[in-house]
Amino acid sequence: MSATETPILEVEGVSKHFGRFVALNKVTASFQPRKLSAIIGPNGAGKSTFFNVVSGAFPPTAGRLKFKGRDITGLAQHEFARIGIAKSFQITNVFKQLSAHENVRVAVQMRHARYELLRPREAMRELADRAAELLARVGLAGLRDRPAADLAHGQQRALEVAMALAAEPELLLMDEPTAGMSPEETVVMMDLITALAAERSVIIVEHKMKLVMGICERLLVLHHGEFLAEGTPEEIKANAEVRRVYLGQG
Amino acid sequence: MSAPQATSATPTAYARGLFDMVQRHRVAAVLLFLLVFPLLMPYHALAVNILIFGLFAVGFNLLFGYTGLLSFGHAAFLGVGSYLTGIAMVHFGWHWLLALGLGVVSASLAGVLIGYLAIRTRGIYFSMVTLALAQIVYYAFYKAERWTGGENGLRGIQVPAIEVGPWTLDFLNPVTKYYVIYVFVAAALWFVSRLLASPFGAVIEAVRENEQRAAACGYDVARSKLLVFVISAALCGLAGGLRALHLSVVPIDSLHYLQSGQAVMMCLLGGMGTFFGPFVGAAVFLTLEDVVTTLTRYWMGVVGAVFMFFVLFFPAGIWGTLVQRVQRAVQAR
Repeated sequence: MSATETPILEVEGVSKHFGRFVALNKVTASFQPRKLSAIIGPNGAGKSTFFNVVSGAFPPTAGRLKFKGRDITGLAQHEFARIGIAKSFQITNVFKQLSAHENVRVAVQMRHARYELLRPREAMRELADRAAELLARVGLAGLRDRPAADLAHGQQRALEVAMALAAEPELLLMDEPTAGMSPEETVVMMDLITALAAERSVIIVEHKMKLVMGICERLLVLHHGEFLAEGTPEEIKANAEVRRVYLGQG
Repeated sequence: MSAPQATSATPTAYARGLFDMVQRHRVAAVLLFLLVFPLLMPYHALAVNILIFGLFAVGFNLLFGYTGLLSFGHAAFLGVGSYLTGIAMVHFGWHWLLALGLGVVSASLAGVLIGYLAIRTRGIYFSMVTLALAQIVYYAFYKAERWTGGENGLRGIQVPAIEVGPWTLDFLNPVTKYYVIYVFVAAALWFVSRLLASPFGAVIEAVRENEQRAAACGYDVARSKLLVFVISAALCGLAGGLRALHLSVVPIDSLHYLQSGQAVMMCLLGGMGTFFGPFVGAAVFLTLEDVVTTLTRYWMGVVGAVFMFFVLFFPAGIWGTLVQRVQRAVQAR
């Protein structure tokens, strides 16, 4: 890793206020390409706000966001996906009435045929093939024609990951990717995340510290809307401040 | 599932096969049906009406059934299409085809304006904004008496003959009139079917299912909605223009909010979000209206009761329920 490489994502003095409530207070962080990082913190630390700001759900009140050195502050949600930042939501967010395959196919299509009005999509075999490939990647190959609403919770989450990957992102953001999953499903998902991080930058926002300790290269601890600590899992584990904040919590 | 069964020759299997074919070649099927339709109807004016309002309902359904936006103002596009077609012919002596084009373009422009303002809101507010803006259009046309004839409607739209190459068609003959209008409706239906099967068709359904996800996938939700809104307005404007040619007058009722309500009723009756549903709904609604008005003055009450019956017991509509039943039967096989 060269120190001169442009960071994939830079967060510079970002604040987010909701009325008088300060959810994020001038946070600054920088993320290197092709690394797996995690933002952790106790409940109410501002993790979800951080996730929403860096994934483009809403703009920050103050501060700037840079993607590969380019200022992206204030871009609309759909533009984030187009420049290469995809996300999976904390609360499962899929097209419920559509089949698993169609969910991914719609997501794949964004890169290839956004406003095609008259060409039949059935004829675009490469989109369907790519969608099938992505479904297989997340372990849903056998369920392609099932409506998304009929899939188990863990499967819906995996489907969301496939949809995020369909946008061919350089940066994948995941908000508590294992929320509500069984221990078995959690293991599968963590393995998948590790595999994905080999090819692109991944930032996970996670409440359960133990979960990310084993797989992340870098952790950032958020507390009361500010970064409390940052470092390798070992450094974070040894940090007295972090232990105090997490005391009495899982 | 794969066990060999001797069901392939039963009548239900044939029905299923036929149904599958209709679904797959939906434009061909509906056009074939509409081709023989006048022969099945008691008289031709009703058939022409069904053709025109079927198109109106199909245009409305694109927005309501497929994109999930309930507009209560689609009478504006039907009316603008009718009036501008009529005005171009009556006041400026335009050729009917050119006038029809003006009607469609004007309805599209009205769609851009109303759509641009309405898509900023959601749910019931969207419905209310479209209703309010359509009412403004109603009063504007009502007051512009010099151009629109105000309360009396616009009169004197005459298309006596239509020339197609060396032939001259008598537009006053109801059967000829039906088939001339049929050509336009056929082209519009072909377009809608292509649109729904296109990548953009998938985008609008995605927007209906989950706006947040559609945006996260990289789709500009507001722009997609506006585009559908304008296409929907153009189709309703075409229906309006054709209606002006058919009736040779434009009644002010074309712009009335009851007309917007009819589009909603036709869609729900036939099955929203299905290709044939709106046509089936329009046919049932207009036939019912036609039959019941000869029996009682209170035809609206009867139509209302029928509507309630379907909404309560067959919420997917007539065609929608049929589709569901067949799909279930296929899955159970």
